[in-house]
Amino acid sequence: MTGSLAAIGAGLAVIGAGIGIGNIGAKAMEAIARQPEAVGDIRSNMILMAALIEGAALIAMVLAFYG
Amino acid sequence: MSRNIYSALLIFVAMMVSTLAFSGNQQHDHDGHDHSGHSHDQDGHDDDTKTADHDGHGHGDHGHTNSCGIEMEHGPYSPGAAAFHHISDQNIYNIGPWHIPLPCIMYIHGQGLDVFSSGRFAADAHGVGRKAYNKFVLFEGLASRVIDPSFPEGEVELGDHNVYALPEMINGKENEVVYVCYNGKSWKTESRSTLDGGVFGGGLTTFTDFSITKNVMSMLIILLFGFFLFRGIAKSYVAREGMAPKGTQGFMEPIFLFIQDEVCKPFLGHKWEKFQPFIMALFFFILFLNLFGQIPFFGGSNVTGSLSVTFVLAILTFLVVNLNGNKHYWEHVLWMPGVPGWVKIFVLTLVEVMGLFIKPLTLMLRLFGNITAGHMIITIFVGLIFVFGKSGENVPGSIGAIFGSTVLTLFMMAIELLVAFIQAFVFAILTASYIGAATEEAHH
Repeated sequence: MTGSLAAIGAGLAVIGAGIGIGNIGAKAMEAIARQPEAVGDIRSNMILMAALIEGAALIAMVLAFYG
Repeated sequence: MSRNIYSALLIFVAMMVSTLAFSGNQQHDHDGHDHSGHSHDQDGHDDDTKTADHDGHGHGDHGHTNSCGIEMEHGPYSPGAAAFHHISDQNIYNIGPWHIPLPCIMYIHGQGLDVFSSGRFAADAHGVGRKAYNKFVLFEGLASRVIDPSFPEGEVELGDHNVYALPEMINGKENEVVYVCYNGKSWKTESRSTLDGGVFGGGLTTFTDFSITKNVMSMLIILLFGFFLFRGIAKSYVAREGMAPKGTQGFMEPIFLFIQDEVCKPFLGHKWEKFQPFIMALFFFILFLNLFGQIPFFGGSNVTGSLSVTFVLAILTFLVVNLNGNKHYWEHVLWMPGVPGWVKIFVLTLVEVMGLFIKPLTLMLRLFGNITAGHMIITIFVGLIFVFGKSGENVPGSIGAIFGSTVLTLFMMAIELLVAFIQAFVFAILTASYIGAATEEAHH
């Protein structure tokens, strides 16, 4: 059973990041639907925000497995 | 917006220091390792870093005994351990069934440089050496050095299966220690050499490893590839001035322009032309290495999934951002206007200074995490064949799993192609936004 707590930690981190990135994706889709001409700006900012959230989740995962 | 993110990242400060140590001894930190299956004799099947096939072979109910009388115990096939083995750096380069030796450059403290080819280890299909050279032995493609000074210098015949690893508890963590069996005696070897010389954990070493490993070799290959690719494109721009792009030029121009229009111009601000070469170099270096690591049966190098490589890339970003930061940027980091003094001293300056380091740290971890995870998932999907086939005992299980695993692996590799582009793009876009934030002029 070694490592199971770490796996739970990693899972929790993924849940958090999943909710966050899901929200970003949903709002970006809405925004694109409202204003299709702004698709370029929205896309880069969406990826930027998703990457920032992912960074927090990755730190949590690395902590869970290596810490 | 950025301040909210920094305060959310407050809890990660402790990470900063410990990461240095992680980047050093990552090779040894994986839990639950069971490499003992490698001790089995393999008759002439391919050893490739992507296929994982040998890990599943020959897990019978008997163990193999080497000449020191060490019984190699055979646990069940562990996909995780096999995956860790396949993504790690090596001193040999495998292309399909061929082993290409690479130069080992070892600086032994107090003795000087020792340069030799890893072909001297006479590695078997698993990358386990049959010979020792100048106290160095090869275990699973990685060179390590015998501690005991009485071990003979020069080339020493060891025979099969006489380099092996045993789990050992070091600082409360289960690490693998490589042993050599020679003259009926077990000789312990040192831990891997790290950049810090083992000061931050991982154990002090008597040598520093500057070897051209598989990762270094892949980077050199990509360097040459990139150089000749872009030189050819530059030449055709000169030769075909005013005409429509053609060939490679036509293929690369949209990619280049996409990065220029989506990343450089909007994020770098008015100085975008100054920093565009850096962003482009980062993007194409990471992109080519990501894609290069995707080629099956071609070494399967995991360069951008190595913490040391992403660490250096992040340090470059850190230096470019902070050396180019203007007065306005430093004012907002250290003594931001419009905030009460005590808030600045106790909260915001602290958070902002931490943010300076957290930004490159997340860059480093993001690239490492995404690429490593992708490689591991692919090897684990291939390993399904051995899990369902009970390591070759259950033939119908194997055959069923081969079809399932093929579909899953192809699916995952398609996703990884996407991830290769996205991660290179994200690294470029984040670097650009950090540089843009550091060079933005004041507009109060």
